[in-house]
Amino acid sequence: MTELLVGTRKGLFVLRGEPGSRFEIVARAFEGEPVDYAMREPVGGRLLAAVTSPFWGPRIWFTDDLHGGEWEPAKGVSLPKGGDQALKRVWVIVASDDGARLWAGGDPGVLFESRDGGGTWELNRALWEHPTRPRWRPDSGGLSVHSIAPWPGDPDRLALAISAAGVWLTDDGGASWSHGNAGIVADYLPVQSRATAIDLCVHHLERAPARPQRLYMQFHGGVYRSDDAGATWTDIAAGLPSDFGFPVVLDPADPDSAYVIPVSTHDRVTPAGRVLVWETRDAGATWTPRGDGLPQRDAYLQILRQSFDGAGSGDDLELYFGATSGEIFGSSDAGRTWFEAASRLPAIASVRVDR
Amino acid sequence: MAIVRLRGQLEKLAGGGSEHEIEGDTVDELLHGLESTFSALEGWILDERGVLRPHINVFVNGEPAAPGSAVEDVDRIEILPAISGG
Repeated sequence: MTELLVGTRKGLFVLRGEPGSRFEIVARAFEGEPVDYAMREPVGGRLLAAVTSPFWGPRIWFTDDLHGGEWEPAKGVSLPKGGDQALKRVWVIVASDDGARLWAGGDPGVLFESRDGGGTWELNRALWEHPTRPRWRPDSGGLSVHSIAPWPGDPDRLALAISAAGVWLTDDGGASWSHGNAGIVADYLPVQSRATAIDLCVHHLERAPARPQRLYMQFHGGVYRSDDAGATWTDIAAGLPSDFGFPVVLDPADPDSAYVIPVSTHDRVTPAGRVLVWETRDAGATWTPRGDGLPQRDAYLQILRQSFDGAGSGDDLELYFGATSGEIFGSSDAGRTWFEAASRLPAIASVRVDR
Repeated sequence: MAIVRLRGQLEKLAGGGSEHEIEGDTVDELLHGLESTFSALEGWILDERGVLRPHINVFVNGEPAAPGSAVEDVDRIEILPAISGG
């Protein structure tokens, strides 16, 4: 049985089902409110959800019992009181592999850490007070920490991505941060300013667990790979129909694997009405389209950066992605064939898979 | 002191009581006083800057009020989410 945690514009939907069949909605929460992200803490199974109430502001909620339990608001998910900024949104929540630490990224370019399973959080001051912050620029979605890539077995080492302030690296638990932007080309900037630019619009970042020094990135025009823990980047977009897209998913067993969903640069929907997931198994040297079972005509889907996820590995890798038009497509054979797991949901902001 | 009436989630966060006597000469002072009295309400009505969240409406004796609006001891204050659509 596979569980999907689906954050939508109108609340959290929890779906369960067998791969290959339609999934059933087994629970809803935060009806009517935007749920930007939801995940299950890997060790204890606690559910955490990032909810941006249009009235009461952004908040992380948690529950240990999906059926009948109360959702509680977490403490500490806020900026320093009395300052000139307010938290706008929580974009992502990520756990260390042992579940001992949780991190949450948000807008305006902030990172929070929890060491009690998500009940209380603390703002990362070094990133908040970084001297380059006045030069950070929001993209149209805000100034968001949307990708957090922990290092398996070493929670003091993290890579973050910020739209639009590039890649940030720490190896001392967040006490200090350095940029990891070498090799990224922002073709939306004048040529003269590209070499020194820090307003780099990373769309998504993932670390290969089996080779943690390797990271993959979907950029705002470009797909990149790093083999030195994020210090330098190589463009691997050749062979894709578009270098524009949002999410990236990896096969945890294969550091040479990556899956992306290219969209057209000008309208950010699936090109020519065809839905295709593109897979590499040679670290980006070549790409193969995977569309067996996906709509191949009149399908102009918008797939957001948190709406693609996987579970398992190797030949049993399950992949699921959701669209703002409310469909969820899944694969139980590492992308070779696809099925429709759900449809007619509200606009999907995030999909997380658990099994 | 003015009487503040809370509903729904705010009522729950304030320990379950729907009406509370809070001190303050203006709506802003009263909202800060409410946060000081019930720390669980911190961040719900006022953001970290101390600014009233944009889609929250405050009424004084049934009339829409701004943060600077004066509040008298006998006044009844309500804090409600704004009308929304979509």
